[in-house]
Amino acid sequence: MLLIRCPYCEEERPELEFRNAGEAHIARSANIAGESDDDFEKFFFIRSNPKGIIYERWRHIHGCARFFNAVRDTVTDKFVMTYKAGEPKPSKLPGAAK
Amino acid sequence: MSGAFRIPAAGRLKQAKTARFSFDGQSYAGIEGDTLASALLANGVHLVGRSFKYHRPRGILSAGAEEPNALVQIVRDEARKTPNVRATVQELYDGLSANSQNRWPSLAFDVGAVNDLASPMFSAGFYYKTFMWPKAAWKSLYEPKIREAAGLGVSPDRPDPDHYSSRYAHCDVLVLGGGAAGIAAALAAAETGVRVILADEQAAFGGSLRFESGARIDGQDGFAWAQAAVAKLAAMDNVRVLPRTTAFGYYAQNFVGLVERVSDHLKTPGHDLPRERLWQVRAKRVVLASGAIERHMVFANNDRPGVMLAGAARTFLNHYGVAVGRNVGVYTANDSAYAAAIDLKKAGVNVAAIVDLRDNPTGPVIDEARALGIEINFGRAVIRAGGKLRVSSMTVQPKNGGGERTIPVDAILMSAGWTPSVHLFSQSRGKVAFNDETRRFVPGTYAQDCVSVGACNGTDGLSATVDEAYAAGAKAAKDSGAKAAKGAKPKVDASESWSRGMLGAAPGAGPDTTVKAFVDFQNDVTAKDIRQAVHEGMRSIEHVKRFTTNGMATDQGKTSNMHGLAIAAETLGKPIPEVGLTTFRAPYTPVTFGSIVSHARGPLFDPTRRTAIHPWAEAQGAVFEDVGQWKRAWYFPKGGEDMHAAVDRECVDVRTKAGLFDASTLGKIEVVGPDAAKFMELLYTNPWEKLEPGRCRYGIMLREDGFIYDDGVVGRLAPDRFHVTTTTGGAPRVMNHMEDYLQTEFPHLNVWLTSITEQWAVIAVQGPKSRDIIAPLVDGIDMSDEALPHMSVREGKICGVPTRLFRMSFTGERGFEVNVPADYGQAVWEALWAEGQKHGATAYGTEAMHVLRAEKGYIIVGQDTDGTVTPDDAGLDWAVGKKKTDFVGIRGLKRPDLVAKGRKQLVGLKTKDPKVVLEEGAQIVEDPKQAIPMKMIGHVTSSYWSQNCGRSIALALIAGGRDRMGDTLYVPMPDGVIEVEVTGMVFFDETGGRLNG
Ligand SMILES: [Zn+2]
Repeated sequence: MLLIRCPYCEEERPELEFRNAGEAHIARSANIAGESDDDFEKFFFIRSNPKGIIYERWRHIHGCARFFNAVRDTVTDKFVMTYKAGEPKPSKLPGAAK
Repeated sequence: MSGAFRIPAAGRLKQAKTARFSFDGQSYAGIEGDTLASALLANGVHLVGRSFKYHRPRGILSAGAEEPNALVQIVRDEARKTPNVRATVQELYDGLSANSQNRWPSLAFDVGAVNDLASPMFSAGFYYKTFMWPKAAWKSLYEPKIREAAGLGVSPDRPDPDHYSSRYAHCDVLVLGGGAAGIAAALAAAETGVRVILADEQAAFGGSLRFESGARIDGQDGFAWAQAAVAKLAAMDNVRVLPRTTAFGYYAQNFVGLVERVSDHLKTPGHDLPRERLWQVRAKRVVLASGAIERHMVFANNDRPGVMLAGAARTFLNHYGVAVGRNVGVYTANDSAYAAAIDLKKAGVNVAAIVDLRDNPTGPVIDEARALGIEINFGRAVIRAGGKLRVSSMTVQPKNGGGERTIPVDAILMSAGWTPSVHLFSQSRGKVAFNDETRRFVPGTYAQDCVSVGACNGTDGLSATVDEAYAAGAKAAKDSGAKAAKGAKPKVDASESWSRGMLGAAPGAGPDTTVKAFVDFQNDVTAKDIRQAVHEGMRSIEHVKRFTTNGMATDQGKTSNMHGLAIAAETLGKPIPEVGLTTFRAPYTPVTFGSIVSHARGPLFDPTRRTAIHPWAEAQGAVFEDVGQWKRAWYFPKGGEDMHAAVDRECVDVRTKAGLFDASTLGKIEVVGPDAAKFMELLYTNPWEKLEPGRCRYGIMLREDGFIYDDGVVGRLAPDRFHVTTTTGGAPRVMNHMEDYLQTEFPHLNVWLTSITEQWAVIAVQGPKSRDIIAPLVDGIDMSDEALPHMSVREGKICGVPTRLFRMSFTGERGFEVNVPADYGQAVWEALWAEGQKHGATAYGTEAMHVLRAEKGYIIVGQDTDGTVTPDDAGLDWAVGKKKTDFVGIRGLKRPDLVAKGRKQLVGLKTKDPKVVLEEGAQIVEDPKQAIPMKMIGHVTSSYWSQNCGRSIALALIAGGRDRMGDTLYVPMPDGVIEVEVTGMVFFDETGGRLNG
């Protein structure tokens, strides 16, 4: 069972307290009603599904109930880092090669 | 005397405590402290089972958890018949009853052994090849027969009467394996004061000190030192010592699963003890001290009972005081088997000969064996074992060919060397590395905060092991935050040491032979099978494993995988590391479902939710149905009514008089804040800004893809306060959906969401008399149609307690939903019920509720919709705000497929024969005479007998349904085709006049 650090609670807690909420940094357009089919397809259906680093949304559903973002490695399952919702995608990851 | 093969002077068990046991109905005597295996061997019983595929007679190979052959069924009583118990692990208790498996009619005469003669049919890959044709025969003939013949034991057929427990634990240093290495590491860590857990799968700690007669530590016999050290550890407050505990799985971030066998070794377990206890341990550091497993020699008939691992024979002698034979042969490719020969010889057992594949090995054990007068044959191989139900001879030949010589023996002790147990290391996702010199895989790259010590790390010799383990234990403690150690490292005074050996098939079982030289005993895989798999095109070791089943199932390659790998590599002409090792899977040894499930069974499997009014419904004799975790009153039978009669009566009473319905399970969310209306605008398709406080609206919630996600009536209590209701099952996901948008897409909105489902009990009072029932109990609310019209809400008091009183209807009748704080739910219900009795009101359940709403064509999300239905498909386009510029799903609704013609639309169906009630889920076709498979144009979503309509009614999703009004369609069923007419969705009171009736 993974330990996940909630950036709001500032604590590592067991995976059981959390729920995955899909890929992060996919913003809903302010003018969604006027979006083209292609743009809506990209927004709603297309996900990156990478081998390696993925940016995900998680919710501390059985804790503080906040949604936050996490960087996870899909190969090792390891959480590289977590950060609050609304914060920008980190430009540099801890432990990444310089 | 507990068995003719017990040697009184040998072993550590106290002879005084006899334990009687039975095996296959025959009674024997053993000693307390025996395993079932040692007790059987003490009685000269070697034949203990039949093999999985060929039904070959099998004996006891090992003295531990790696045992592939001696799997038995332990029978305590009718409900407790545990299959596949390793006889080498099962501790003996007085009265133990065990049966052999996989044989019929008896162990010595087994009909299934014909498989051995028919073995070409069962060669590698037989699962994939033999039984594929004819297809029909698989289900009726092959599968049942194979299952019957190849089963491993018999499953108990009653519920498990035992109980199991589960614990979470945290520690600084978790030490897995309680041999010399594990104990030394635990001592070093414990002496610093950090929290330590030490676990070992055996009843007593000591590992290989159990049989290493030459080991001395701190001036004592090695095993005695181990007992003293563990007693010292157990007495420390910061240490938890867990015997009989197997670490079966190593998961992410040093999370380790262990299972403790608490009472399987007890004669009468007592009901206060669990049978097993699951430990889920999170450790800062893990020390792996899992030891090594001895390999067998791969030669013809190496599976005959009496052929066993040399270390096992030594354990049986030095720990249990049991000689595994009277005249034993030894076949080896390394030094360790010499020690077995020496110990047995000294105990008075005749050692017929040592056969050593090596050409001219030297060393102290070889000198000692020679000095004891044991015949030693270098450069020779045992090419075959004689005998059937018990080994009777070994046939020896120079390893490069030549004259054969057959030596009579009653046991063969073999050793091809020792394989480091890297199972847990590999499960931790560490990468193993092949050491070319010692030809073994050892831990290479670590993936987690753990360290391997001793034999599992490829460290040879007791002294080096203790040094390494003690240092590693101290370091693990330091890394987990310890200050300083204050203990002393154990001093190894004398030790045994050996390494090397051989991998793969021995001479006589090479590529040019067809003998049955077993690699994997449990799965009946021979050297020839591995070669055949390669010849048939398997290149990857993972494919070889699956094709042959080598190392599969519970064995997980403990004894077999290195031999299998070496043979595959040789056949492929590749070096071993290039072929690679198969993945070690958890569990290391089988884990019972009981320990995984623990208390989560029966009523504790899932929480049960009951409403405040539940006790009243129960007292009235309601029949309940499960709706998610809720128990809901389904119907209230009176005076011997069946369900049909009760529902008919309830439905008629509601429409003619009134009915009370417990709607408390309805999901309820309060949306509060200055931006509450803006938030509602975004989350629901309807417009909300202009809804006046005190009014209600039916709301539809979509997902972003445009499909209906939930629905419910929403009351606006104040400009900044909405009381939202959701479907019973949808409440948690609707709340999650709302929170998601509020927190991540619309965080600028000043809104708070609160689940109030359990805060309010909800009593629906519906029917023409509903107002008459409620009015006398209400304070401060004008109940007139002008003041409280349909779809409005007021706050006030009922029976003196606060209420949110909704005028709304899910029946089509004049109706109210009385929300009161849950604690008052039953009292208010009882008051309403008493008032209702004056008007002939009935209590109705969920079934009548379903019928009544279907009569009015009100949908149930999740029953009449399935996640692919738009508001327009459901005939609810009126609820989508046409002037709105944004709401969740607004763009999804415009997708080409969602606006295309011919979508499935919700319509009503009337059967031509009004008495016929359709089946929900039944498929609908245009032409029942078309060829099969027919083109299905839709399906029935809701269907009931309606007593109020005097006929059956149904709702259905049908392609282009609204354009088919009046058309005749067909529902083909197994016993005939049902004719139906497409109608509107409202079957009762089409004008809706009764809402104010
Ligand atoms: Zn949190």
